[in-house]
Amino acid sequence: MLTAILVMVSIAVVIGLALGWSAIKLKVEGNPLAEKIDAILPQTQCGQCGFPGCKPYANAIAKGEADINQCPPGGEDGVKKLAELLGVEAKPLDETHGTPKPKSVAFIDEQICIGCTLCIQACPVDAIAGAAKQMHTIIAAECTGCELCLPPCPVDCITMEPIVEDLPHWKWKHPVINLKRVA
Amino acid sequence: MSRELFKFKGGVHPPEHKSESNTRPIAVAPIPNFLVIPVRQHIGNPAKPLVHVGQSVLKGQMIAAADGYISAAVHAPTSGVISDINLQAVPHVSGLPDLCITLVTDGLEQWIDHGPIDYLALPPAALRMQLRDMGLAGLGGAVFPSAVKLDPGAAHTCPTLIINGGECEPWITCDEMLMRERADDILQGVAVMRHLLDSTEVLVGIEDNKPEALAAMQAAAAKLDFKVEIVAVPAIYPGGGAKQLIQTLTGQEVPSGKLSTDIGIQVFNVGTAYALARAVHHGEPLISRLVTVTGHVLRPQNFEVLIGTPMHTLITHAGDRHGTTGVLMGGPMMGMPMPDLKVPVVKATNCILVKSRELFPALPKALPCIRCTRCADVCPAELQPQELFRFAKAGDFGRAQEYHLFDCIECGCCSYVCPSHIPLVDFYRYAKSEIWANEKEKRAADLARERHEFRQFRLEREKKEKAEKLAAKTQAKRAELTTAPAGGAVASEADAKKALIAAALARAQAKKVEATPKNTDSLSAETQREIEEIEVRRAKIRELAHQPLETEEKPK
Repeated sequence: MLTAILVMVSIAVVIGLALGWSAIKLKVEGNPLAEKIDAILPQTQCGQCGFPGCKPYANAIAKGEADINQCPPGGEDGVKKLAELLGVEAKPLDETHGTPKPKSVAFIDEQICIGCTLCIQACPVDAIAGAAKQMHTIIAAECTGCELCLPPCPVDCITMEPIVEDLPHWKWKHPVINLKRVA
Repeated sequence: MSRELFKFKGGVHPPEHKSESNTRPIAVAPIPNFLVIPVRQHIGNPAKPLVHVGQSVLKGQMIAAADGYISAAVHAPTSGVISDINLQAVPHVSGLPDLCITLVTDGLEQWIDHGPIDYLALPPAALRMQLRDMGLAGLGGAVFPSAVKLDPGAAHTCPTLIINGGECEPWITCDEMLMRERADDILQGVAVMRHLLDSTEVLVGIEDNKPEALAAMQAAAAKLDFKVEIVAVPAIYPGGGAKQLIQTLTGQEVPSGKLSTDIGIQVFNVGTAYALARAVHHGEPLISRLVTVTGHVLRPQNFEVLIGTPMHTLITHAGDRHGTTGVLMGGPMMGMPMPDLKVPVVKATNCILVKSRELFPALPKALPCIRCTRCADVCPAELQPQELFRFAKAGDFGRAQEYHLFDCIECGCCSYVCPSHIPLVDFYRYAKSEIWANEKEKRAADLARERHEFRQFRLEREKKEKAEKLAAKTQAKRAELTTAPAGGAVASEADAKKALIAAALARAQAKKVEATPKNTDSLSAETQREIEEIEVRRAKIRELAHQPLETEEKPK
């Protein structure tokens, strides 16, 4: 009887120590789920979801404070991926947060730009080059198309140009095969 | 030739159709009125135009420079005047335009200064740069810049050099005719490759359905001062694929996801070797190539064609016929349908195959896959095409990659044998380009995340730095005031604050004094009098303004 109790207690102590040690030593920094969610989000940093950037939205989803259908740039595909990751039912995009648009890049009309730097301060990914009273320009390769530079511009010289398909961006289409009618 | 040969799995025997075009000698195609020269003719970065509209150029002059390591220059194929630099139709299956330089030819064929390169005296790196600037790219179809392939890399040697004279694709005979007529030049190019790669073994693989080419190459090889083994390999499609040829000749398989150089083997097409010989021994950049014009034309033949020649002029030259249903660039197995006949011949154009209803009857309509696995039997990459098809069709690209989609060489054997006539290769191409596009998007998203996070960090840092600066400044001021006027007395915190306020007040006072207008100093007597008069008037007005309203009403 006593031996049995001793054995059980010692097993409990050993396991408890192991768990306690691993809780300290193997602690994961940050929320791994939020990081997985963040990896799915399109990183436009546009804030259409109602959060200041993709990371805060990912954190909110991970905590269950936000729904998965608030990201228009991610589109239905993004919602599907999030649903798959979180094991929930996919749902249509919430239209109060906007609708998906074709991928675009901002363009500054340099004739009109007065060099006020307001757009530079608004750009979440530092994709606008320029200085006070100097012409500004978009670094197209780094622009995410978030449209955050549009409202602060006092002279409305920024437009969104949809990305047109050219040779480097061309993709093979899903083959359309006409199936023969047998019946 | 007692070399032991190996067999690769699969393969098919489509009708060869070589005799249509290999019975006539190589002819030089006429110079067209204008050439359209795309700047993106090779894998890697497109070349950067160096010329402007209206500029006269000489034959062989560089008109677009290589941009980066994996790139190749583009040259004027003949002398003339640049008439346009803009987007034009290029030989691409999408039909999308690309940047092209249009050259109006003058027919004078005036060469720029050029001469042979002493390749043995040049350091290898310099020689490779020179070859890149001569526009050399693989002429077997992949157009990978040759200068990159001629770099043996960290190993400094590539023991086995294989020259690909397989030409297994039906209809095409440009490599065969090149070997039959210009074997010596090809082997001179091979000597340069051997020098750069420091190879010990040189093999030339030629399919055994080309006895004349084999004989010509053997005769040329006998004249060389180093050993080149000319090997007849069995004719089976796709025996001329680089990986298949390596397996046939050496018995080695290139591991999945690796390059042939990882197992010490480099493969070049015979056309590339010939172009290399022209570049090194004659100083001629890559401005022309052999093109087989065959199929539904009156005189199928191989032509030496200037890069940029519109395809329709070549077809007209070979005798166009009624009933053309389309044109393929390349052969029937791997060729790409051309969206337009105005597109130019580029470095990758080995064949222009004109189709007709008789030669290429329309494929019967596709039926559902019955999973007969005939495709798996013929797949030379030993894949499971029926599974890849299933995943690609369903958009399950992850599973397709697990089934080694990227080992598919798109040879078309599976589509060729499919009893349901499913265009299988189209599905693999679709899946591959979707995966590439997804990866590209992922990279862009990662870049955006990184930049956004760095911006947040920078803003935070700037805020902190500003706060610290301010704190340091107040601290310094406080210290100054507490130590300076403290004539021995212990200055308390309140005293310090008071002193600070006093100092600030004093500063403000001083500023106010400074700010008073200086225009009343040292005036002339006249001006002073005027001012006084004005002051008197002002006083009167002020007085009037202060009088009660009743006084105004009195006169009534």
